[in-house]
Amino acid sequence: MTDEQIVSDLAVILNEVAGVDQSKVSAAKSFLDDLEVDSLSMVEVVMAAEDKFGVKIPDEEVKNLRTVGDAVAFIKKAS
Amino acid sequence: MSRRVVVTGLGALTPIGKNVSETWANALAGKSGIVKINQPWAEGLAAQIAGLVTVDPFEVLDRVSARRMDRSTQLGVIAVKEAWADAGSPDINKERLGVFFGTGIGGLSTVLEQYDILNSRGPDRVNPMTVPMIMPNSAAAMVGLEVGARAGVHSPVSACATSAEAIAGALEMIRNNRADIVVAGGTEACVNRLAIAAFASMRALSTRNEEPELASRPYDINRDGFVMGEGAGALILEEEQYAIKRGAKIYGVVSGAGMSSDGYHIAAPEPEGAGAASAMKFALTDANAKATDVVHINAHATSTPVGDIAEYKAMRSALGGALDNVVVTATKSMTGHLLGGAGAVESVFTILGLKEGLIPPTLNLDNQDEEIKVNVAKDKPFKLSSGANFALNNSFGFGGHNVCIAFSKN
Repeated sequence: MTDEQIVSDLAVILNEVAGVDQSKVSAAKSFLDDLEVDSLSMVEVVMAAEDKFGVKIPDEEVKNLRTVGDAVAFIKKAS
Repeated sequence: MSRRVVVTGLGALTPIGKNVSETWANALAGKSGIVKINQPWAEGLAAQIAGLVTVDPFEVLDRVSARRMDRSTQLGVIAVKEAWADAGSPDINKERLGVFFGTGIGGLSTVLEQYDILNSRGPDRVNPMTVPMIMPNSAAAMVGLEVGARAGVHSPVSACATSAEAIAGALEMIRNNRADIVVAGGTEACVNRLAIAAFASMRALSTRNEEPELASRPYDINRDGFVMGEGAGALILEEEQYAIKRGAKIYGVVSGAGMSSDGYHIAAPEPEGAGAASAMKFALTDANAKATDVVHINAHATSTPVGDIAEYKAMRSALGGALDNVVVTATKSMTGHLLGGAGAVESVFTILGLKEGLIPPTLNLDNQDEEIKVNVAKDKPFKLSSGANFALNNSFGFGGHNVCIAFSKN
């Protein structure tokens, strides 16, 4: 999968779970500060991402995923 | 009593209407909201009928907010939005705005859904919003967020007396000067396989599955239990002077509340209705009213064989001969039993009844139980006399909770 595809799939998940405008989702955006995804929503985003990309994202990794780009890098590495 | 409390906004989402005006019009028209539950999950249940809300909450509420609420909370928030808008969306200091809102059963449907996910997909797929969706104060808390209340958010839980108790609590909150406006009411949405099986297991539900519209028949000799309904009611209670100053529309006065407990049994009503009678007498005293002031009672009247008789005995004990001049109605004959939403929805009926001088008819009263000697509005709306000013709304809950709210037109 390309980075763009992963960002686009994450944008769909972020919209579904937290109502984030898909067009605002890009690699540089912070989940918390830019996209206002709170910690409970982030748990749900992680669940959906695990299902979508067939990866396991442990809690200790989640706290390192500050931006969408961090998540993309992790998903590429793990899949 | 220096701080009088008035009603300035109403909201209702019921099996007979998507809002107050539709619900009221259908109540006056004597329309039944009871239908056959045409879902595969209802197969094999003793009771397969219910009063269902036809609005899809996801079409009314913000989608992301709605998915973080159990259906019971969704219905409650929709009713509150209507009531709040009806009150003119008051621009109030939020430190003076409170909430008293409850549910009898709460987020049971979410419990079942997440339990299925737990078993089928494992613990790490349980939704992180499960706890906030199933806690009994969830509806109250979401209502509090909806209006931004900061004077206090409270959620009484007393089964089918819940939302009447919420109105009583809201009344006290304003009288005690903790708030100038309180959003009061309650909600329920537990029409699911477990809840119906469980209530049916108590033999509390009507099993007249082939004639859904005839199943809820309070006071009729052939009544065989209540019909579960879902829905919510909301009332904006407001200190009278505050309401007058801001030019609010005033529906009527919450003139008193009475509460008691049976101290008798976890589910059965005390057969002589002594506890319920106490609640009614307390409400009269609290409202500084006499038995002869009462022109109308919106009865709890769920259509169970024992409950309806116990309530009759309570009404007779509380009002004595004055009961003969009262017109009673049993609106659960149309809506079914909204459990935690019942007291609020029936308070909406009581207030509108006084204001418009029309009492909705009771359906299916073909042969009135001769033990229940009351005048019941039936066939068509009962027209109150022009001076009619004072009415009571009874709500009782499993556990022996008794609540009576007194309303007056002026």
